[in-house]
Amino acid sequence: MLDTMFFYMFALLAVAGAILTITMRSAVHCAISLIASLAGVAGLYLLQKAEFLFAVQLVLYIGGIMVLFLFVIMLVNLDSAAKERQFHRRWAGGAVAAVLAGASALWLLSKGAPSFGSPVAQAAPSPDGNVEQLADLLFRQYLVPFELASLLLLVAIVGSVLMAKKRTS
Amino acid sequence: METVISHPLFVPLLLALCIIAFAPLAVAGTVLLERKVLADIQVRLGPMRVGPHGVLQTIADAIKMLLKEDIIPDDSNKGMFKFAPVISFFTAAICLTVVPFSERLRVADTNVGLLVVSAMSAVGILGIILGGWSSNSHYSLLGSLRSAAQLVSYEVALGLALISGVMAAGSLSMVEIVRQQQARGIWFVFDNYGLMILPFVIYFISSVAETNRAPFDLPEAESELVAGYHTEYSGFRWGIYMLAEYLNMFVVGSVAITLFLGGWLRPFPNVAWLEIPMNYGVPVLFFGLSGLWCLPASRKLPSAIHKAGLVFIGLCLILVAAVFAIPVANAALSAPFWFFFKLATFLYVLIWMRGTFPRYRYDQLMDIGWKRMIPLGLAAILLNALVGILRT
Repeated sequence: MLDTMFFYMFALLAVAGAILTITMRSAVHCAISLIASLAGVAGLYLLQKAEFLFAVQLVLYIGGIMVLFLFVIMLVNLDSAAKERQFHRRWAGGAVAAVLAGASALWLLSKGAPSFGSPVAQAAPSPDGNVEQLADLLFRQYLVPFELASLLLLVAIVGSVLMAKKRTS
Repeated sequence: METVISHPLFVPLLLALCIIAFAPLAVAGTVLLERKVLADIQVRLGPMRVGPHGVLQTIADAIKMLLKEDIIPDDSNKGMFKFAPVISFFTAAICLTVVPFSERLRVADTNVGLLVVSAMSAVGILGIILGGWSSNSHYSLLGSLRSAAQLVSYEVALGLALISGVMAAGSLSMVEIVRQQQARGIWFVFDNYGLMILPFVIYFISSVAETNRAPFDLPEAESELVAGYHTEYSGFRWGIYMLAEYLNMFVVGSVAITLFLGGWLRPFPNVAWLEIPMNYGVPVLFFGLSGLWCLPASRKLPSAIHKAGLVFIGLCLILVAAVFAIPVANAALSAPFWFFFKLATFLYVLIWMRGTFPRYRYDQLMDIGWKRMIPLGLAAILLNALVGILRT
């Protein structure tokens, strides 16, 4: 009962935040709406007993990425951009796209309808907790892809430092 | 009544209420302590007017803040301006919910407790950034950007220091971390042949920077930025920022104590014969002697009311000492006593540092963060991992 209430609360937060992100005018308000949406998703993770994902979502997305977004938005003056008209009034194209997207979503939903009713058999949560399970998977079974991903990030960091450095030749 | 007390949610809910109720009072006490200790360091008297020796000063300040006119700048972003202090306060308060004050005295024991703390302090940055931005003032904006840059930089070093501690404990749950220290009979600062002292020092320095305190108090450098991100705030909203700042001090102190300083464990938890002197002797002597000292000290006070008040306080302290001498009460109280004793020591060291060190320049701050703390943190992880593997 309480879970269902929290589910709808977080879901509403996530969806409303996402909608406001694309409809707000001021860039800072967009960023804040995005933060609300991400927080809602984090709450949904928590309801699914994925505490690790919840914490990492908060640390990385809200504490890291969104703070940097806000930084850039506040340092770059976007007032003039906010005053411009941000919507193209191409109603015909928009309507066609909306109908197509809605129709495809409906078709997919009707195709997958049988699986909605019966709850999928859930694996019992392990006594270890899923942080340990996740660590085992990441650092034993998928160690090579994990290290490759970190190598990719390292390349990105070195590249960005190189680009930001002043050329003194 | 019995069913209410034995309900699994009884202790957590009661403790959560206590945190909300007593945190502001504890903050008021800390502010007074800070002013008095700083005054003592600088050979001044500090606040002396309100109440005997100024002990009611912060209470009076709090009442003044509650009654002050609430000024919101005309050009500010009103909604955000009102909401920003709330973010700061509630993230700090949530951190306190995963801290175990003793084995049973805790609100929640999640198996990602430490991660919840770092997640909440990451979200807390938003309160500062949005507060500074929504004020629509250059001082506030610059202060908040400085503050956010500082917090983001030191969060990395803080995380690296935490990893070393978590490696030693093998768990992210705050209760489990203390239990591990109990099982090994050693505080984690002294573990790994003393190598763990390195991450502890890194954690301590980064946590001072995280709480925006001297010598890392650039975000509110009064002489340059008026008051940093809360320049435009006044009255109760400013009070909430202040409350959040001091709560954050409690939080970093509690995390340092839990992870490195043995949480609710007494000193030397592996030496059995120290059980009685540590759990009975220290609290009884601590409260008893301060109570006894109050009695002759009251004679020097000028008025009869002050004399009676100090005698009353002294008798209360002696009563507390007597309670600690009762075995049943001692079993329940000695663990929280050690936790709060360590926390008070931590706070005192923070205040002491504020009275001792001059403020760093911005480039020095970044230099310490990125060029010293982060490489040191990585080295600490490597060293402790190697030693930890070799030991087992």
